[in-house]
Amino acid sequence: VRKPSKVISDALILGASVGIIGVSFGVVAVAAGLSPLKAQAMSVLVFTGASQFAAVGIIASGGSPFAAVLSGLLLGARNAAYGLYLAPLMRGGAARRALQSHLVLDESTGLASIQPDDDTARRGFLAAGLSVFTFWNLGTLVGALAGSVIGDPLTLGLDVALPSAFLALLGPRLTKRDGRTVAMLGAVIATALIPLAPAGIPVVAASSAAVIGAFFIEPDRS
Amino acid sequence: VTWPAILALAVGCYTFKAIGPFTQGRFVPSERTARLLGLFPAALFAALISIDVFGDGRALNIDERVAGIAAAGIAVWLKAPMVVVMIAGAATTALLRVLV
Repeated sequence: VRKPSKVISDALILGASVGIIGVSFGVVAVAAGLSPLKAQAMSVLVFTGASQFAAVGIIASGGSPFAAVLSGLLLGARNAAYGLYLAPLMRGGAARRALQSHLVLDESTGLASIQPDDDTARRGFLAAGLSVFTFWNLGTLVGALAGSVIGDPLTLGLDVALPSAFLALLGPRLTKRDGRTVAMLGAVIATALIPLAPAGIPVVAASSAAVIGAFFIEPDRS
Repeated sequence: VTWPAILALAVGCYTFKAIGPFTQGRFVPSERTARLLGLFPAALFAALISIDVFGDGRALNIDERVAGIAAAGIAVWLKAPMVVVMIAGAATTALLRVLV
């Protein structure tokens, strides 16, 4: 019976690659002015990479904490869909569900979704969730400490490291037509609003591109 | 990011994650809602990129950052890992700032 160990090793590989992204989160968070403690608190408590990056990015560009939280929440909303998908796999009472809910992520949902049966899927979800949590936080710690000793982030081009990370996260969504259109629309709305609205607002306003996409663009079947 | 903002974000994000596990099939989003949730990242990431690359406070600016994000775009197109994409973007920008 080699199935369980395959799930575990997959989870470890996933965790390790997320850990490297955690290092970059730590670096850009500190470059954006967060203390290492705050960066770490975000990785422990918020524990949703995209939302953390977005919140830090808005603060870095001078936005208000309110706009940062709102954008982070809009990005975190997709985890609701994952939670609904994973719920039937979860066992135990409220306390265990409460803990397991924290592990609802892109990666843990992804690993669970490719398993042949519910038992292995449950193991995959838990293994990936715990592995990603551990590595993501270790990575954040390393990045935040390293970031504190790195010199001027501007000369190092670190201000472009963050949008580059966003581009890597955006890339897979551009393979579909509706994703491409929504991204283009979001970029245009945000850019047009930069001179007109306080920092942070353009990002929140760009979320309307997703609403337009959901209502007016036919989903493609590819 | 202030402490209240971090806590608000933590509570909000956790709530999204926990809706499914705690309602156990009693709440099912419509197909359109599910699609909307799935499209938020595309809109928001594109917006964040635009602001980080073109924004300079309340002004629009075209500078070394555009070349940096183009390099990152090539790395994404070549399916490079995220860290390589970030280094490509940052290093290209840094190099141009030093050279130009």
